[in-house]
Amino acid sequence: MAALIEIERLTKRFGSFTAVDDVSFAVDRGEVLGFLGPNGAGKSTTMRMIAGFMPPTAGTARICGADVVDRPVEAKRHLGYLPEGAPTYPEMTVAGFLRFVARIRGYRGGEAADRVAQAMRLTQLEGVRLQPIETLSKGFKRRVGLAQALLHDPPALVLDEPTDGLDPNQKHEVRALIRRMAPEKAIIISTHILEEVDAVCTRAVIIAGGRVVVDAPPRQLARDGRSLDEVFRELTLGAPPAPAPEAMEAA
Amino acid sequence: MRPALIVAQRELASYFATPVAYVFIVIFLILSGALTFTLGNFFARGQADLIPFFSFVPWLFLFLVPAITMRLWAEERRLGTIELLLTLPLAQWQAVLGKFLAAWAFCAIALALTFPLWITVNILGEPDNGVILAGYAGCLLVAGAYLAVGAAVSALTRNQVIAFVLAVAICFVFAAAGSPIVTEFLSARLPALAEAARALSVAERFSGFTRGVVALRDLVFFASFMGFFLFLNAVVLDHRKAD
Repeated sequence: MAALIEIERLTKRFGSFTAVDDVSFAVDRGEVLGFLGPNGAGKSTTMRMIAGFMPPTAGTARICGADVVDRPVEAKRHLGYLPEGAPTYPEMTVAGFLRFVARIRGYRGGEAADRVAQAMRLTQLEGVRLQPIETLSKGFKRRVGLAQALLHDPPALVLDEPTDGLDPNQKHEVRALIRRMAPEKAIIISTHILEEVDAVCTRAVIIAGGRVVVDAPPRQLARDGRSLDEVFRELTLGAPPAPAPEAMEAA
Repeated sequence: MRPALIVAQRELASYFATPVAYVFIVIFLILSGALTFTLGNFFARGQADLIPFFSFVPWLFLFLVPAITMRLWAEERRLGTIELLLTLPLAQWQAVLGKFLAAWAFCAIALALTFPLWITVNILGEPDNGVILAGYAGCLLVAGAYLAVGAAVSALTRNQVIAFVLAVAICFVFAAAGSPIVTEFLSARLPALAEAARALSVAERFSGFTRGVVALRDLVFFASFMGFFLFLNAVVLDHRKAD
């Protein structure tokens, strides 16, 4: 059976600039893929294409077998997506916003209410359910974005920096939540925090200049007593040539 | 259709969650009322009808409708919610239609709130209420036409000032196309274009409604006008949503 998220030779060009260059990988049930790379490496662009927001220049992505270019609505139905910066409608209340998302996702009446309640429980938003989102702190806003992505219990999740702006306790909770969901889902998270990769990911993909430079389990990357931090710097800065090929082999 | 209606509902509620809706409605009511009674000679005419009111509404909409539409897509871009909206499982046209319907319903609410004028003429005399109803329907169609133009322009640029100015300019072209100045100028030089200009004129189509004539060809005109610009909106959005 095909993987839940399949990315096939995905490419995005803006004019003469190639933001994402021939990226392919697949994420299957039970996998949490940490998507790493310096700013501007093409992480968000890749995720936007997977989510069907940006049309790829070439290649495609499939969510549960549904092609994001040919069958966008079906692909989106199977996917929970947290866009970069966790955008939400500021004037709506938390419950109102989640109800809107639930109704767009086809839930009605009591079922919609159950979904909203469940999503708020998972992200611990019950205490602020009737507050307008604009009055919430950054951490809460991020969790509202997360609740929106989890609401329909999707088999595939794409989360762009899910823990950005959270305090250490909240980060811990979100990581625990991701770990809890991991066995039944295919998850892609992008992050700048390398310890997070160690903490939740089963696999790390590092991209630089739009290309995948590493695709390996985090433990394998950090072997030889080197920290993930060092490996990341070497790979993305194009530093010392000697260790780089070795890391490439790991892919 | 259902997702479009859900989007419309959310959108309409958001108008009333901010001062935008109240400012718009108050300004619209003040201007339409003031113009009717001053420039429109409402009392001096000695006739119980709403012709003075209807003659000003399209020109008010010319400025006020682009003020609604300029933020339609620009706001979604600014907040980043466009990425959220367009990654939910709904087709692009449903998002476009939903936003348009919300803005249209909002204009309908503003128009409906001019009902004291209608009560006034009914107290002062015996107007033909059928004609008045047709006039209101015409106003709503003009609003819809301008909204469709404004929405498409708003998808084109993320700058709200540009969206406003462009929308006013384009709407003005369609409003003025049938005016004597334009048609006389054209018929003296390019007679073929003069006919086309009259046919495309929103104001020309509207004038029939104010006389109480609801012609099928005018309805078809407004429907296809809105349809065209909404289609344009969806196409532009598809190309520029991520900009």
